[in-house]
Amino acid sequence: MAGLELLSDQGYRVDGRRAGELRKIQARMGVFAQADGSAYIEQGNTKALAVVYGPHEIRGSRARALPDRALVNCQYSSATFSTGERKRRPHGDRKSCEMGLQLRQTFEAAILTQLHPRSQIDIYVLQADGGTYAACVNAATLAVLDAGIPMRDFVCACSAGFVDGTALADLSHVEEAAGGPQLALALLPASGQIALLEMDARLHEDHLERVLEAAAQAARDVHTLLDRVVRQHVREASILLGD
Amino acid sequence: MLKSKTFLKKTRAGGVMKIVREHYLRDDIGCGAPGCAACGGAHEGPALEPQPQDPASSVCPQPHYLLPDTNVLLHQIVSAWRPGTWASVASSLRLPGSLETYVEQEQGENANDRNDRAIRVAAKWYNEHLKKMSADNQLQVIFITNDRRNKEKAIEEGIPAFTCEEYVKSLTANPELIDRLACLSEEGNEIESGKIIFSEHLPLSKLQQGIKSGTYLQGTFRASRENYLEATVWIHGDNEENKEIILQGLKHLNRAVHEDIVAVELLPKSQWVAPSSVVLHDEGQNEEDVEKEEETERMTAVSEKMLKPTGRVVGIIKRNWRPYCGMLSKSDIKESRRHLFTPADKRIPRIRIETRQASTLEGRRIIVAIDGWPRNSRYPNGHFVRNLGDVGEKETETEVLLLEHDVPHQPFSQAVLSFLPKMPWSITEKDMKNREDLRHLCICSVDPPGCTDIDDALHCRELENGNLEVGVHIADVSHFIRPGNALDQESARRGTTVYLCEKRIDMVPELLSSNLCSLKCDVDRLAFSCIWEMNHNAEILKTKFTKSVINSKASLTYAEAQLRIDSANMNDDITTSLRGLNKLAKILKKRRIEKGALTLSSPEVRFHMDSETHDPIDLQTKELRETNSMVEEFMLLANISVAKKIHEEFSEHALLRKHPAPPPSNYEILVKAARSRNLEIKTDTAKSLAESLDQAESPTFPYLNTLLRILATRCMMQAVYFCSGMDNDFHHYGLASPIYTHFTSPIRRYADVIVHRLLAVAIGADCTYPELTDKHKLADICKNLNFRHKMAQYAQRASVAFHTQLFFKSKGIVSEEAYILFVRKNAIVVLIPKYGLEGTVFFEEKDKPNPQLIYDDEIPSLKIEDTVFHVFDKVKVKIMLDSSNLQHQKIRMSLVEPQIPGISIPTDTSNMDLNGPKKKKMKLGK
Repeated sequence: MAGLELLSDQGYRVDGRRAGELRKIQARMGVFAQADGSAYIEQGNTKALAVVYGPHEIRGSRARALPDRALVNCQYSSATFSTGERKRRPHGDRKSCEMGLQLRQTFEAAILTQLHPRSQIDIYVLQADGGTYAACVNAATLAVLDAGIPMRDFVCACSAGFVDGTALADLSHVEEAAGGPQLALALLPASGQIALLEMDARLHEDHLERVLEAAAQAARDVHTLLDRVVRQHVREASILLGD
Repeated sequence: MLKSKTFLKKTRAGGVMKIVREHYLRDDIGCGAPGCAACGGAHEGPALEPQPQDPASSVCPQPHYLLPDTNVLLHQIVSAWRPGTWASVASSLRLPGSLETYVEQEQGENANDRNDRAIRVAAKWYNEHLKKMSADNQLQVIFITNDRRNKEKAIEEGIPAFTCEEYVKSLTANPELIDRLACLSEEGNEIESGKIIFSEHLPLSKLQQGIKSGTYLQGTFRASRENYLEATVWIHGDNEENKEIILQGLKHLNRAVHEDIVAVELLPKSQWVAPSSVVLHDEGQNEEDVEKEEETERMTAVSEKMLKPTGRVVGIIKRNWRPYCGMLSKSDIKESRRHLFTPADKRIPRIRIETRQASTLEGRRIIVAIDGWPRNSRYPNGHFVRNLGDVGEKETETEVLLLEHDVPHQPFSQAVLSFLPKMPWSITEKDMKNREDLRHLCICSVDPPGCTDIDDALHCRELENGNLEVGVHIADVSHFIRPGNALDQESARRGTTVYLCEKRIDMVPELLSSNLCSLKCDVDRLAFSCIWEMNHNAEILKTKFTKSVINSKASLTYAEAQLRIDSANMNDDITTSLRGLNKLAKILKKRRIEKGALTLSSPEVRFHMDSETHDPIDLQTKELRETNSMVEEFMLLANISVAKKIHEEFSEHALLRKHPAPPPSNYEILVKAARSRNLEIKTDTAKSLAESLDQAESPTFPYLNTLLRILATRCMMQAVYFCSGMDNDFHHYGLASPIYTHFTSPIRRYADVIVHRLLAVAIGADCTYPELTDKHKLADICKNLNFRHKMAQYAQRASVAFHTQLFFKSKGIVSEEAYILFVRKNAIVVLIPKYGLEGTVFFEEKDKPNPQLIYDDEIPSLKIEDTVFHVFDKVKVKIMLDSSNLQHQKIRMSLVEPQIPGISIPTDTSNMDLNGPKKKKMKLGK
């Protein structure tokens, strides 16, 4: 990607956004009748679908049941056609497992699991292209809400990167591929608590604050959007119920 | 903000891949014209002028903005720079991402056509937009393009369009602008004789293929200063053999210009040549003498082992053209508009320019830019850029040498000055954090007379335990220059303060350099101190670094300090402190020399300036006192201590300075020269070199030792800054120290500022920042510093050379004793100790019969008629200023003694043959 200018002198990114601007987000809740909760989200070209089953009795080995809270079980798989080069297996590789684990940590922090001891909540996510973790979390949040499972707060996630001394919010695939530091943040916007923070590249600690702030601001922006989607959904649902 | 469709693109990377990218088109990009109600304040960055000045164009009488297309902008940027005339250029091309002017690539349309169309659409949009803005002032956007088809299309679409030439010609107020246009028009070249001189350059793709397969080599083209038909190419990469390739002859140079990145092809071994030692300058005015030149340069036959890899340029990878300073050589033909321009830098070929103001430009220093070099032309084509002023004027000449050596010398910008501390400035509580109060110590500074940027001060006192405490206090510049701000960036760019004979080009603004950072006496100043506890044998027992506040008790000159040390009846604190320092310094120096540090010599001169006119009135070689070496000794010690400390703390990214040992072949000339005097110089180690230099004395020839040392200096390598993580050889050869850095002059060297920051972090007095611990960034800084440093040195020498000329201009013709430094094939290089002046005496003349010259490379010696010249021979030369060639005024030297009929000139002649031998003042290019 040599010579690719991620941030122009005028402050525009490759796809025409400014540093702090999100990609276009569109979301819908209740896309599957079969599942307890489901949601579909588009963040630019990244599309994720999340379904939630539960809370229900523990399936499989009873030994996995936790005495004081619910078990959150997450599975992530991405469609074979979701990336430029076609993938061999949709799930089960290391990246998918890691992503599943991260999602699980995130939602264990957000769902009031102690309300449902000895039960299980399943979140399945399917996604496509760039900014995957964030889209998955946002989709899963909506799906969990759709399922009516009590949460402390929304979980809103956003990625952020760092180019030429400027923090960029919501990285696209091109920006991710350029190889700069990339930070993933899942935030509980009302309390400002961080559910998950992950970064695996080197970044000087002086810059961390700024990148974190960019990601947090973006996550708060995501929250306003998700909130709007939920309210819209509730309004539609109540109309259907003939209220 | 509105989001639009995504577009698809197919690329090949191994297999076929489909890439989907989205593109957001914006509706919030303003037009940039102030007062535009439709866009509001949406526009950021440079704005258009509210009311474009009227450049009085006859083709477009109403006020207008110009919208040049990309090619025009790129090629004519130099002319566009000139303020006032082109300022109305539309400041930014409207971004292709904006909603109204987005253009989709059409089927069968290539990227260039698409761009052209995008610019046309933008021009159209601007015209409609500006019409909406205000009905009464008829603002218009004029589209400037040199592409005929593009222009036709534009006019079809109703956009007023002109070619660059048409527009500039129509500017009635500025007729001289037409000269500045880069001549790209094809018609210009058709006039040339159809004869093709050069072979074609290969296209880049072929070159890259060739470089990959090893048939071609990539390197930096360096023209020779002394012979315009010769050049070397430094091959990039680590390949040890064929590091340097010689190119000879115009055809093989193939239009490469100094500093270009070129691809060369090696010639078969049978065609290899040796570097010629002939000094040759391009003086020919006409174009036909190419063939003749080719012949003359072939005739040099040389021994086998002198042959070096020889090649020819097959293509140019990257041109490194910049605007060049120089003078116009007016064409002989009257009314001619084509003239040759001779750059001040001898390595740059002459440039053909077209101008109507030749008569006004004659005798002026001007700047010219190269536009291109067609295959059928002997010289490159260029255009006139700027007039600097009259030749020989001090300001003009100083400007020229600053420009030629790429020394940034513009006044500091507002942005830079805004980071200066506000006056009146005083030390606050916050400043005192992490700082030791050393105001009670008896500190003094010792500097050359007239020094205003005092960056070091010293003290020495006896401790209760009988040991001595010695402190070196360095101005705390890094306290004022915070990392990353404009002030820091500017000083990093400048890299060093440049001292010219009558002028100083500061690295940091004057407020810092001569006031807040200068450790003047009787004021509180912030300092970075390095304090040692030593015993009386000058052995270091303890080293401490701390940020401090000091109050210098005296600012002395070297002479004053010496006087205090020497006079018996002065016993105040400062004097005892100085005596203690002096005593320790002597021990330190002795120890250093024992370790093999070199004492080298270079003839340095100082001008006594007339205080009114700033003309040099006298010239003296620098005097060295004990106190000079006293200060130097402690600075060295501080530098070494700091180098150890920062390397200990930051093994990967300490900024250090190294001086590599020269390869043995460098010493050849020194050893040979010494042997001709029956002396032996050992060069296997620095220590043996130092010792044999000490022993090389001749009772009948006291100056010989100095000459040998001067020669030894020429053999040395350049000391360089480097980042410790990028190199593993830290040795400083000249100082015989395993590790070294620069810490003691942060006011005038940027390297020291970085070292200060590193040290401050190491002792916990300051915090680090990302760039400081990035070794690649540090290596980049080092690269720039090394370059600036070298350039500053060259500029300094050029300034001395110019003032020497001024000096001899006022002095007339003098005869002086001189010693031969080098013997060349057709000349000798001599040094005049009295003035520290070096010059070349030529024995070949153009219009006179050549004397018989026999050059022996082994001794080396040059036999002319019956007289033999060896290195170090004493001769007498006549020095005068040669103003016959306005191009380069130079000091001319001609031989007086020993007398050779037909060569030397009688001592008392007054009618000089000013058109005779071309003598030039050598630059001390090392």
